[in-house]
Amino acid sequence: MNFEFSDEQMAMKDEVRKLLDKENSLKRNRTILEGEDKFDKELWDSLVAMGLTAVTIPEEFGGIGMGYLELCVVAEELGRAIAPVPYSSSVYLATTAILNCANEDLKKEYLPKLASGEIIGTFAHAESSGFPIEKSINCSFGSGKINGTKAAVPDADVADFAIVSAKNDSGIGLYLVNLKDESINISSLDTFDPSRSHANIEINNAEAKELIADGWLEIEKILDQSAVLFSFEQIGGAEAAMNMAKDYAQGRYAFGRSIASFQAIKHKIADMYISLQLARSNCYFGAWALSNEAAELPTAAATARVSATKAFYECSKENIQTHGGMGATWEFDCHLFYRRSRLLASNIGSQGVWKEKLISSIEKSNLQI
Amino acid sequence: MDFNDTPEEAKFRKEASEWLKANFEKFENEKSSNDKSAKSSAEPSKNSQDENKALELAKKWQTIKYDAGWACLHWPKDYGGRDATPIERVIWAQEESKYAIPGGFFEIGQGMAGPVMMMYATEEQKKEHLPPMAKGEKIWCQLFSEPGAGSDLAGIKTKAELDGDTWTINGQKVWTSGAHYSDWGILVTRSDFNAPKHKGLTYFFLDMKSPGIEIRPIKQINGGANFNEVYFTDVKIPDSQRLGDVGDGWRVALTTLMNERLAVGDASGVDFKEIFELAKENDFYGEPAVKNSAVREKLADWYCEYSGLKNTKMRRISALSKGDTPGPEASITKIVSANKLQDIANFGMDILDQAGINSEGNLKYHGSLLGAPLIRIAGGTDEILRNIIAEQVLGMPQDVRLDKDVPFNEIPTGDKSN
Repeated sequence: MNFEFSDEQMAMKDEVRKLLDKENSLKRNRTILEGEDKFDKELWDSLVAMGLTAVTIPEEFGGIGMGYLELCVVAEELGRAIAPVPYSSSVYLATTAILNCANEDLKKEYLPKLASGEIIGTFAHAESSGFPIEKSINCSFGSGKINGTKAAVPDADVADFAIVSAKNDSGIGLYLVNLKDESINISSLDTFDPSRSHANIEINNAEAKELIADGWLEIEKILDQSAVLFSFEQIGGAEAAMNMAKDYAQGRYAFGRSIASFQAIKHKIADMYISLQLARSNCYFGAWALSNEAAELPTAAATARVSATKAFYECSKENIQTHGGMGATWEFDCHLFYRRSRLLASNIGSQGVWKEKLISSIEKSNLQI
Repeated sequence: MDFNDTPEEAKFRKEASEWLKANFEKFENEKSSNDKSAKSSAEPSKNSQDENKALELAKKWQTIKYDAGWACLHWPKDYGGRDATPIERVIWAQEESKYAIPGGFFEIGQGMAGPVMMMYATEEQKKEHLPPMAKGEKIWCQLFSEPGAGSDLAGIKTKAELDGDTWTINGQKVWTSGAHYSDWGILVTRSDFNAPKHKGLTYFFLDMKSPGIEIRPIKQINGGANFNEVYFTDVKIPDSQRLGDVGDGWRVALTTLMNERLAVGDASGVDFKEIFELAKENDFYGEPAVKNSAVREKLADWYCEYSGLKNTKMRRISALSKGDTPGPEASITKIVSANKLQDIANFGMDILDQAGINSEGNLKYHGSLLGAPLIRIAGGTDEILRNIIAEQVLGMPQDVRLDKDVPFNEIPTGDKSN
């Protein structure tokens, strides 16, 4: 049996990490956080140049035709480096939606440009507070047009198009809208993590291309698939925060000794490690289910998502605590991880949503627990 | 990533599963009606009659395994094993766990005493003692903890004095699992009270039937009595049964403890499946408890831990399969599973509400509720395990020690240490 990533996948992971180190991604996160730019274009271009926007896109559509396991290792590194780029919106969500649901013509039109980084996509689903359920979607589709609003859409103010969920005669469908369209108003939001941009969008009779009309199950599937990828980002971030806490504790002296020799600190960091290991092992199972299109995906994705969200929260908040007062300053990087951990916990549904999905999927499945 | 065996692994698994199927069925069929009432494991047995029966059955099965070459299969052939690889050992354990195998008596010998004997005993001693240990003919116990030395094991006071080539042992050990049915024991003593704590220890193995040994059972909070106090009064041990150098017993003890941590697995008892079923079967305010959102949230947390441990084990097996030494991930197993066990047992009682007070029908939950506190302590407390993760896995420094480099007899002791 083999429940690890292959040597080639690990080598790819290593390359991505080296690139993000070289580009000083942490410093770039802070630049975006403090500045006016919505994302780091230079860093994005480097990722594109490395082929990372083309990972899951088949060669016939201009991609490099690798699989989701490769995307998992990329996600972990982007999470570790809390990269200020619209990667998750464009690759985990928009690309996956097109790969899963779009017809040949749309694939031909959009996938090569997504692969080459020429365009950026996003996914617009939530409309107000509370994660959407089938009957709460108000955005509507009729006669080729969409009307309605979507709330806190990631990267809506930088993306070229969005995949939008909207109701129609047969249920909830998925539609592609051009975000540069004049009939769409985009208002950027002030958020607790400005290193990743979010905007509300108001769609007034905008032209829309249909991916799928009766698409609620497809939406659930895209969320499950992306949940595994977001989970990898989360464990990457959690591990970085844990290591930051450990390194600081070893070098910080109080009462005549390294604070890393106090059990209050050691046990705190041991707990971060425990939380992270559980999450990592669950993520690996999620990766297996994702890459094999296994029937276990809904359970595996929710398990990875719930434990990775918990791990990143614990590691990022206790990293601040381990740093003491300095951890709560703007100058130290601890808050960058704390902000990102909360952002990733809110993206694609919060803990309550995924815990509910987890137990429902266990109830529904006859899979062996 | 894939969960399939390699061709060699599949071949080995087939061999193991076929042998088990044929032989365990035969063993079950041959059980006398008297045997059939016996418990299939060592704990918790409330009376010695039950325990004797279980022991006899376990020995029978172990002998059948041994004769066919399936006992301690990772040990060298010369000592009763079959030189199996680590992954073959895992495959065997997976296949064996599909049956209600009688056991629970041999783990300390085979898991801890055996490896230490292999490292420190003479060739002659190994040939004499290891095969009967593998066969289950001789049972071993571990005489380490004392009333004043648990987590701080190096603080032991049981005294060893050498006269000619014979040692005389005086003192008391505690928490000795299975001392009352053991034939042999491994023992750490203090041979020098003037040396610093870790430097004055000496390690032996000894015959548990030696004159001067008195064994008293300790009744635990779950009613079982698998642990004992063991008193030593002028017990004689030949110097030839010393393992390691005089004063070097700490090093030998550490070897043993490392094996203990590998041997300690999941805490057994109620787990996700049990609490999930319980929540489906019982009502809370007029609807099945499983429909209650507070219950669902807890179920989700426990499932994540359950699944996290299961998948961590898979990563460990995967490393073994590739021929790698497993990483330190396994160090989290006991700490997570023991706490999960306690919380699930406690919450099960909440779901059952007042009816849960009744032991009838609820023994599984009561057993886990009262057993979990012990599991959080045995084989390394939660706190010691956190130290181990911090120090040995994450490389953080040891705590500052007031007793370092101080002669042992000058180290302060409080009034709860004896």
